[in-house]
Amino acid sequence: MALGMLGRKLGMMQWFDAQGNALAATVIEAEPNVVVQIKTEESDGYRGLQMGFIRLKEARVNRSIQGRFEKIKVEPRRHLREFRMDDVSTYQVGQEITVGIFQEGERICVSGISKGKGFAGVMKRHDFRGGDASHGSDSHRRPGSIGNIRATGKVFRGHPMAGHMGAERVTVKGLMVLKADLARNLVVLKGAVPGPRGCLVELRKDA
Amino acid sequence: MHRKIVALQEELHGISSTQRDKFPAFRPGDLIRVHERITETTGEESKERIQVFEGIVLQIRGRGASRMLTVRKESFGIGVEKIFPLHSPKVAQIELVEKRRARRARLFYLRRQNTP
Repeated sequence: MALGMLGRKLGMMQWFDAQGNALAATVIEAEPNVVVQIKTEESDGYRGLQMGFIRLKEARVNRSIQGRFEKIKVEPRRHLREFRMDDVSTYQVGQEITVGIFQEGERICVSGISKGKGFAGVMKRHDFRGGDASHGSDSHRRPGSIGNIRATGKVFRGHPMAGHMGAERVTVKGLMVLKADLARNLVVLKGAVPGPRGCLVELRKDA
Repeated sequence: MHRKIVALQEELHGISSTQRDKFPAFRPGDLIRVHERITETTGEESKERIQVFEGIVLQIRGRGASRMLTVRKESFGIGVEKIFPLHSPKVAQIELVEKRRARRARLFYLRRQNTP
C-alpha cells in the first residue's frame, strides 16, 4: 500500500554501475502523472489515489470523459489506474507525481501485462519434460498421462494442460532503481519487467 | 539490445554520439594498450591499481555503450585474449601503440599463427 505511478516500458539495455559491473536494466519512461481522484475511507471504503497518464488527443475526448476532467480542471488522460495507499491526506486532485518519488538504490514493485504466447503446449506452459527426442520416440512434446483408468476414472480438475499462455497481469517485486532521471522522465530498473516494449506498467513503492 | 535504445543508452552513460568513444580511434589489427582498474582485496583492505594489457585488437563488436573489444597478446609463448566492455568504468584508458593494416574486421586467423 504505497505511492506509485504509471509508465511506459521503453526496452532493455546494458547498464554499468559505479563499480563497473554490467547489469541488465529496463528503461521506463514516465512523464508526470496527475492525481485524478482521491479515494477515501468515508466515500469509498478504502484509501487510494487514481492516477492519470499520457494526455489524450482532443479528438479522442468524448462527452463523458470531458465532463469528468472538466470538473477537476485537469487535462484528459488516456490511462487511469488506482493505487491503494495507507495515507492520502497530503495529496490533492490535480497534483503531479513525477519519477522524483523514486530514489536510486530503492526497491520497487512493477506490474504489467506479460507478452502473449498464444496457445502454448505443456512444455512451455507448465515446464513439463516431454518425451524422448529420439530412440524411436513419437512422443516429443506431449504431456504423457493425464490420469488413471480404474482408480479414479476421470481427469482431475485443474490438471495442467496446453492452452492460452501469457497476456496476463504479472507483478515483479524488489526491482532496484538504478537511476531516476527527472529531466528525461526516465526510470532505470535492474532486471526485467513484464510486457513488450511500449506497454503500460505500474511502478509501486512497496517492495 | 533493440536499436531504438542504443542512443538512449549512450546518452545515459554520458557518451556523445558524434565522438563515438572517449578513446583514440583504433581498428582491428592495431596494437593497443588497455589500462584496466583492478581492485585487490586482502582481508578488509581493498586497493585499486591499474593493470595494462597490450595486444592486437582482434575484433570490435556491439553498439553504443555496449561495445566490446577482444585484445590478444602472446605471453610466455601462450596466446592470451581478454575481452573488455569498451565503456566500462573499469577501463581507465586505451592507448594506440601502433596502427597496423588489417584487411578484415575479425582477425581470428591470428589464433592459428605463431606471431603475436
